[in-house]
Amino acid sequence: MFSLESLLETLKTGSGFWNPIVWVVAITIIFLLVYVLRGLGKKEYKKETGQTQAFLSGNPEYEKELMHVKSSNMYWGFTETMKSIYTVLKKMHNGNASDYVLWFLIIMAVVFVIVGLV
Amino acid sequence: MNWFELITTHSPALIVATPLLAAFLTPLVSRINDTVRNIFVLIMLSITGLLVGILGYDVLTNGIRTYVFGGGSTVVTLPSGLVFHVRIIFEIDAMSIFMVFITIILAIICIVYSLSFMKKEDGLDKYYTVILLLIVSILGMELTGDLFNFFVFLEISCITSCALIAFWVHKGEALEAAFKYIVISSIAALFFLFALGLLYTQYNALNMAAIANAMQANSIQFGLLDRVAFVLIIVSLAMKAGLAPMHMWLTDAYGEAPASVTYIIIGATMASLYGVFRVCFTLYGGIFQTVVISSFSIGWIIVILALVTILIGVIMALIQTDFRRLIAFVAVAEIGYIFLTIGVGLTTLSDPNMIAVGQTAMQGGIFHIINDCLDIGLLFLAAGAVYYATKETSLNEMSGLARKMKYTTIFFLIGLLAVSGIPPMNGFASKLLIYESTYQLNPIISIIAILASIMLLAVFVKVFYSAFLGPKISKFENVKEVPKSMLIGMGVIAGIIIIFGLFPNIVIQYLVEPAANALMSNTQYISAIFGGV
Repeated sequence: MFSLESLLETLKTGSGFWNPIVWVVAITIIFLLVYVLRGLGKKEYKKETGQTQAFLSGNPEYEKELMHVKSSNMYWGFTETMKSIYTVLKKMHNGNASDYVLWFLIIMAVVFVIVGLV
Repeated sequence: MNWFELITTHSPALIVATPLLAAFLTPLVSRINDTVRNIFVLIMLSITGLLVGILGYDVLTNGIRTYVFGGGSTVVTLPSGLVFHVRIIFEIDAMSIFMVFITIILAIICIVYSLSFMKKEDGLDKYYTVILLLIVSILGMELTGDLFNFFVFLEISCITSCALIAFWVHKGEALEAAFKYIVISSIAALFFLFALGLLYTQYNALNMAAIANAMQANSIQFGLLDRVAFVLIIVSLAMKAGLAPMHMWLTDAYGEAPASVTYIIIGATMASLYGVFRVCFTLYGGIFQTVVISSFSIGWIIVILALVTILIGVIMALIQTDFRRLIAFVAVAEIGYIFLTIGVGLTTLSDPNMIAVGQTAMQGGIFHIINDCLDIGLLFLAAGAVYYATKETSLNEMSGLARKMKYTTIFFLIGLLAVSGIPPMNGFASKLLIYESTYQLNPIISIIAILASIMLLAVFVKVFYSAFLGPKISKFENVKEVPKSMLIGMGVIAGIIIIFGLFPNIVIQYLVEPAANALMSNTQYISAIFGGV
């Protein structure tokens, strides 16, 4: 069956390599170092005091439930910038089965032309 | 011949026959009670899994296997003198066994997950019957060496998938998705059948090895009928596999079907993708190895369509707010990665200096098939678990589920890291092979693929934050973790993902490399088949 050597073998990718075990060992050491460094930080943190309260320019803090950023509000800047692309893509995904078939025929025609020419 | 040799000899037929028998017996067994039926289905699929193991060992140690159905005369001669070859032949090489291996994993996990997920539904005898028939059709597509037989199994998969997508019949959206699926699938199947007619007219055969052999004997020409048949088959199967811009049915179907159904339909989609691999490299491989310009041009068409698929998948996923529909778009992008490797493989097939690049790309693509099934499958099952617990699919309405569903959160996290190609998960290893091979063909392709992968991570950061992190909300106060059978199903996949990620070399050495070699050298396939017949 599988020998230990074959389990630990490095994956050759043609011009590179990948050994997950080495990566896991390295990342574990890095995490341990980070944990130790974190332990050296200040210890005066006090729970249930003003240190834990959010400061919103003097405005009252909303309920936690209301503060959650909704999924549709995320990446607003990206989607706004890409608005023109999204307009086209949304038109493509109109849910009409006839249009789905039309795309199939268009792609088939394009491939026919290219394969016919070569 | 002892009993083990007997089972090994007949294992190709038994792999299809066992779930087929189970499908027809399930309604009868259901009359006893639900528990007996569930155990019966699981036992029958476990037996099928055992048979797959036996056949897999045989194929990987002894080479290509053929299995001929029916005894006696191999041909029927009509009074007119016309000769018909009536026998159906299963042809199993390393690629077939690789796909069958994936299918049986998906099938068993699907059933385990369904035990709790579908428990409260009515009509479960029909559900398990149709699921088993779908599994039969997928296994048949992957084992057969006959194009018409492939078409028949393709049709069975279309009909059963449609029935399963519409399982939640009380939902209008599910019915609509099923309707679109059957329309698209039927049209694709008709074009596929038309192509078979053309090939039969040209070569008087429907066996893949026989046609490939005749094509090579035919002075290696890529004639008009060959071209027309090739385009019809590839575009039809590409649509069934979800290549953009013919992917819209996939997001509708994946998004509306029950999670357990979506999970097994991924297997059906991959079987169509297997068909694309088979046609490009086994059927037309001999032509493409010699007709340089054709393989180069067709390879580049597929590369471009694959890049479009990847980009449309990730860009559309970013704006989705429905949990399952979002994952469906990610699934589209992942299919693009696999098509990318087919394109690279074809582009380099006729160039001796680049053949190694094509080989690496093919290994990446084949490895990515299993990774895609596991990763995307796990995400769908986790999304199904969230729906089971909350009856909610809108990400806008979710928050803080990690507090209530710890295990589901961990499994989802593993799935998202894997699908985004984060080391040391399995997705990283296959994507690394894809990036490196595509870079050698053209660096821009590789850059687009990497950027899309980064965007995939961004997509899942959004999902993970909005659904699992954040404050707990009052309407989810009574939400509980899902039942054990669902957790076991997800846990097994998560375990396989981690093992494949930590030891990718084992998977590549024992499963992926033999499959890639089987595809790249179609002469072995042809000679083995003709020797077997």
